[in-house]
Amino acid sequence: MAVCVAVIAKENYPLYIRSSPTENELKFHYMVHTSLDVVDEKISAMGKALVDQRELYLGLLYPTEDHKVYGYVTNSKVKFVMVVDSSNTALRDNEIRSMFRKLHSSYTDVMCNPFYNPGDRIQSRAFDSMVTSMMVQVC
Amino acid sequence: MADAALFEFLHTEMVAELWAHHSDPGPGGQKMSLCVLEGMGFRVGQALGERLPQETLAFREELDILKFLCKDLWVAVFQKQMDSLRTNHQGTYVLQDNSFPLLIRMASGLQYLEEAPKFLAFTCGLLRGALSTLGIKSLVTASVASLPTCKFQVVIQKT
Repeated sequence: MAVCVAVIAKENYPLYIRSSPTENELKFHYMVHTSLDVVDEKISAMGKALVDQRELYLGLLYPTEDHKVYGYVTNSKVKFVMVVDSSNTALRDNEIRSMFRKLHSSYTDVMCNPFYNPGDRIQSRAFDSMVTSMMVQVC
Repeated sequence: MADAALFEFLHTEMVAELWAHHSDPGPGGQKMSLCVLEGMGFRVGQALGERLPQETLAFREELDILKFLCKDLWVAVFQKQMDSLRTNHQGTYVLQDNSFPLLIRMASGLQYLEEAPKFLAFTCGLLRGALSTLGIKSLVTASVASLPTCKFQVVIQKT
């Protein structure tokens, strides 16, 4: 269960950012912003190392004391960043990968929507509901 | 099988519709219609450029992206691969299709050579759109020497 989900465009501006406890929004925005540097580092490291397999999933970007940040890059250089609660130790790597895959396929659906102009903020309700389903329910 | 025919008919109708309502039949109006077609192809290309490489691994270099266009994109849209890809290694690529599905129903040889460019505008936009989603700014032009063989020239714009 994620605490914050963000979709960042190729030019490094946010297309969609949503956090779960709405009081600390600024803190999450800041975390996502700082994680972009780590994402760029990983992408350029992948390019230099002559590895045959170039994965889209970047894995754990950096851990803080209460949160862990995961990243994923698509072929069109759109980045997905997810922040999860550190106390939630039950969350395994596979689950994070499947959450990113769902995000990717919903993002592709948004892209294929003829009413959506690439580069605009994502306002699709279908995308919203998919993200809600994977975020922490605040009671 | 059937969706190939549907796309061909839709495309033919798009070209016919744009040419039927020509308020300005001179070269200016024609350019407008070609731009509209290319723009439509661009948007479709952007969406395809997002959807098709979804399961593939990240592309390592420009040539990989062009190969992806020739194989996966062409197969997805036209059910066949591009016949040849040539490059001068300095940012220009020539993609050649020896039996382009949108032209093959028209003629075989030199008849209708002047009408051919209208039917290639959408595809040029498609290539440009897919390249732009994958991070490459380019200029795509098409040329026909004799139907149904056509060449698409992609020039990468270095910024």
